[in-house]
Amino acid sequence: MTMHEDSILAVPVSAHDHAQGNIHAVVTLVEYGDFQCPACGSAYPLVKQIQHRYAGNLHFVFRHFPLSQAHPYAQLAAELAEAAAVEGRFWAMHDWLYENQAAWAPRGGAGLEAGVRALGLDEATIAATLRDPDIDTHIRRDFMGGVRSGVNGTPSFYVNGYLYQGDFDALVHSIGRVIARQA
Amino acid sequence: MSMLAAGTAAPEFTLHSTPDQSVALKEFHGRNVILAFYPADWSPVCSDQLALYNELLDEFARLNAQLLAISVDGAWSHAALARERKYHFPLLSDFEPKGQVARAYGVYEEQAGVARRALFVIDGDGVIRWSHLSPMGVNPGAAGIVKALEALPSNNIQKTLPADVAQETP
Repeated sequence: MTMHEDSILAVPVSAHDHAQGNIHAVVTLVEYGDFQCPACGSAYPLVKQIQHRYAGNLHFVFRHFPLSQAHPYAQLAAELAEAAAVEGRFWAMHDWLYENQAAWAPRGGAGLEAGVRALGLDEATIAATLRDPDIDTHIRRDFMGGVRSGVNGTPSFYVNGYLYQGDFDALVHSIGRVIARQA
Repeated sequence: MSMLAAGTAAPEFTLHSTPDQSVALKEFHGRNVILAFYPADWSPVCSDQLALYNELLDEFARLNAQLLAISVDGAWSHAALARERKYHFPLLSDFEPKGQVARAYGVYEEQAGVARRALFVIDGDGVIRWSHLSPMGVNPGAAGIVKALEALPSNNIQKTLPADVAQETP
């Protein structure tokens, strides 16, 4: 694990974050992700497996890192997740976006509307919420916090505040070792 | 030769950015320049260093900085890459004599025949103020660049002046 100062989480996890699991867990895993990024889509079920495997020992946080030039609907997808969050449905939308990435990504805005319907959200309410500048502010704050933390691509993972650079199996083992040390 | 360090005058260069256009470092006098040497065009996109920088052009502009990326790839490869990836900054071709600019900055990898993955922040007077060398396969991100630009006196004037003077600065 790299310990260089430019690869330490610059923005501590707080109540502003979208988080799942035990807030007092031994391991906090922060993902910087892009909903249209294929590599993030591939990582999604693996993160679910990690959450299942380590259950109460893992606190998982998702932050936005849309690479908008590479992925033209990544920003809109992030905004949609934030609009769903206002309705208390962030994680439902997060999961829908990754589980259906291959279906909606080629269809852009029309594809994303399917997510609004799938979650049973009110389309007019979501459309109004999407105009709220706080949504862009939140996404930009996540993005720049990631840049300052040394995020170099998506997905980027931080284990207890340190950027993890390696393959996914090694990430699982790294988390397992941290938990074992605390046991 | 080793990589040029902070405090060194940045070697001047003129390189092709497209098959029929050139860019010279001296055109950016008075502005900060980020030089990003990289080994090769067409690395995978999700982990692509340049794709990240492409998202940060507004942030770099706010810090009065222009990004110039340099590899030994030819101008036609650069043109195709910039179009495919929607890059909005110049890709410079250190192609003939091959690697001459990378050599001048001390970041040419002789065995592989490519530029190393090296970053330089050059101030408006043409002086290198920060540099960083990554291992070939490691994408350095942008944290170091942003911090180096923010630390430049020209970007720091509000902080270094007393509060009452800073308020009078137009």
